[in-house]
Amino acid sequence: MTAVTSASHLPAKSAGSHLRFYAVWLIGVAVLIVLPLLFSSGGSLTSFSLIGIAIVFALSYNILLGQTGLLSFGHAVHYGLGGFAACHMMNAVVTHGWPIPLPFIPLFGGVGGLVFAIIIGWVMTKRAGTVFAMISLGIGELVASSSLILRSVFGGEAGITTDRTALPRMFGWTFGPQLQVYYLIAFWLVLSAIAMYALTRTPLGRISNAVRDNPERVQFIGYDPHVVRYLAYCFAGFFAGIAGGLAAISFEIANSAYLGAIQSGLVLFATFIGGTAYFFGPILGAILVTYLQLGLTSLTSVWQLYFGIIFIGIVMFSPGGIAGLLMMHRPLVRAGTLGTVIPSYLIAIVPTAALACGVILTIETVARYSGGDAINLFGVAFNPRSPATWGVAAVLVVAGFFVARLSWQRIARAWDGAATVARDRGYLA
Amino acid sequence: MLELIVISTLNGVLFGMLLFLLSSGLTVIFSMMGVLNFAHASFYMLGAFFGFQLTKWVGFWPALLLAPLLVGAIGMAVERYGLRNTHKHGHVAELLLTFGLAFAIEEIVSMIWGKTPLDYRVPALLDFPAFTIFSTNYPAYKLFMLAVSVVIFVVLLVVLKRTRVGLIVQAALTHPHMVGHLGHNVGRVFMVVFGVGSALAGLAGVIAGPALVTQSDMAAALGPILFVVVVFGGLGSLPGAFIASLVIGLVQTFAVALNGSLASAFGPLDPSAGPSVLTDIWNVTIAQVAPIVPYLLLVLVLIVRPVGLMGTRES
Repeated sequence: MTAVTSASHLPAKSAGSHLRFYAVWLIGVAVLIVLPLLFSSGGSLTSFSLIGIAIVFALSYNILLGQTGLLSFGHAVHYGLGGFAACHMMNAVVTHGWPIPLPFIPLFGGVGGLVFAIIIGWVMTKRAGTVFAMISLGIGELVASSSLILRSVFGGEAGITTDRTALPRMFGWTFGPQLQVYYLIAFWLVLSAIAMYALTRTPLGRISNAVRDNPERVQFIGYDPHVVRYLAYCFAGFFAGIAGGLAAISFEIANSAYLGAIQSGLVLFATFIGGTAYFFGPILGAILVTYLQLGLTSLTSVWQLYFGIIFIGIVMFSPGGIAGLLMMHRPLVRAGTLGTVIPSYLIAIVPTAALACGVILTIETVARYSGGDAINLFGVAFNPRSPATWGVAAVLVVAGFFVARLSWQRIARAWDGAATVARDRGYLA
Repeated sequence: MLELIVISTLNGVLFGMLLFLLSSGLTVIFSMMGVLNFAHASFYMLGAFFGFQLTKWVGFWPALLLAPLLVGAIGMAVERYGLRNTHKHGHVAELLLTFGLAFAIEEIVSMIWGKTPLDYRVPALLDFPAFTIFSTNYPAYKLFMLAVSVVIFVVLLVVLKRTRVGLIVQAALTHPHMVGHLGHNVGRVFMVVFGVGSALAGLAGVIAGPALVTQSDMAAALGPILFVVVVFGGLGSLPGAFIASLVIGLVQTFAVALNGSLASAFGPLDPSAGPSVLTDIWNVTIAQVAPIVPYLLLVLVLIVRPVGLMGTRES
């Protein structure tokens, strides 16, 4: 990684786009500062903290998936090890009286994730694609199972606990109240997001993209794809460790669930649902998935099934994720042809919503059949044991599907028309 | 000691054959489409649950036939309406589709049958000890499982290597366009092979269900080991999968049966040193390590021979 082209060779941006670029980041920071003032309840502060951690984690995952094209099924290993490293560090700071205040702790979490990435990454990144996916799955299982055996380090089933308020103070903050923890997480979120965005602009970030798209060609121009993948893996491990450290601070505990397959699956879901092709994709995904997770658990016992269905839907119909769907409209907005598509969207909403309601009703009927609890769907109560409910569900699903398919075809036609106009005006390649 | 070796070998071979039954379908599907089917273990789980439900309704023997057919039909539907449409987005999208599917199937199964283990019994006809070795009764059902696995293995090999159907399938794996030009419907070949692979997984589920535990996390428990088998044996290699299945089956069965630890062999460490990683490793028994042994094998094999035992394909 010595003789690389400098970033200044990239096409220069206009002053206006520079301004817009910084404005987006400043607005993001402002939102983070103002949010807890608008929603100050304990519950929403906890939710914001969780979302913040999830965003850092998902962004770190996207260094692998989106940028380098490595599909990992064991990314939570670094998250969990970061959490454990942070917990041990906090306890050590308290025991030995080291002058390290709490805001620096996530850094040690990051180091925890990084060290393991350095050790294991070299073997893992030898090959990409399906083999990498399988190996990451195996390593994930290996570490998760080992964590239950090495009790003195991982604390067995119970995990290890810590007390964040016992650390040396900084600016007189005790970090007892959730609000202060939220601001700590927000600070590290902004810092990590800037660092990770900067990483995408470095030569390493660019060559990672090249390794993702065409490793043979990268090798031909003199870089070793293995080294590039390894470096990307180390960076991803570091930032995942920071997310784990933040989680350890927020919950004051680290246990083997942090490392497990479920955590790895969730970050994959969040990143992919949000969209891997754009930097803000994983952010959207993390917000949505965490919000759904928090919101749906109180409403239904089978919230994970809805996750699965949403995920399958995204994989099949919109592999670019939500970010891809949004950015698809950019050329249309620029060309001013978005207006011709919107009416068909509005028409499609009704049958699509009916189909979705039918699916929800079907799932809930099956889920609650043995319990017999009533289903409350948008204020209408359904009895899961009455045939009328099954009938309504069947009609909604079948009729909804056929009408919705017609309306989607209409969208496709309107879209083609709008895209043709946009292409003629030079906004769409 | 001899008793332990004989019984563990029998059980190890049994588990290994079961793993092979699953990994053979997975391997054939992988060599064909280049995508590892994450939902393969879920098809196995579906087989067990369908087997349980059908046994309740129509008895075990019809269930042994019907449940794999049902699972095979689901597999064909997944190929036709899922994977075929996703193929244009690349292999990662296909892998993710099956990953999401595995997740959804686990949720659906636990939604319908609950999360607790089912009371899926061995059929009365086979519920007797077949023979006695060293005062241990070896159940007849386990022999039956072994026999089914061996028969399937032989049939699979013969069909793939010796028949016209196998010829077309093998040709479609390597030269799909040529096979298409010769007038065979390659899409349908893929669909049928995917269905047969899923049905094999389903069959493994029906026969393994009564012997092992039938519950909604059985796919999640077996899935990772299945991928270890496939990577360990070499991606896309059927003989490799066979050897790896037996090795992992034997190693894991023996590890579970052994209760030794470093502490029991060399005496405990100095207790005044206090708890540390070293005392953990010193005191852990081989049986406790059993679940991670396959993954350790995987890592070791990849360091020494990255393509796996019999693999030739670089991804």
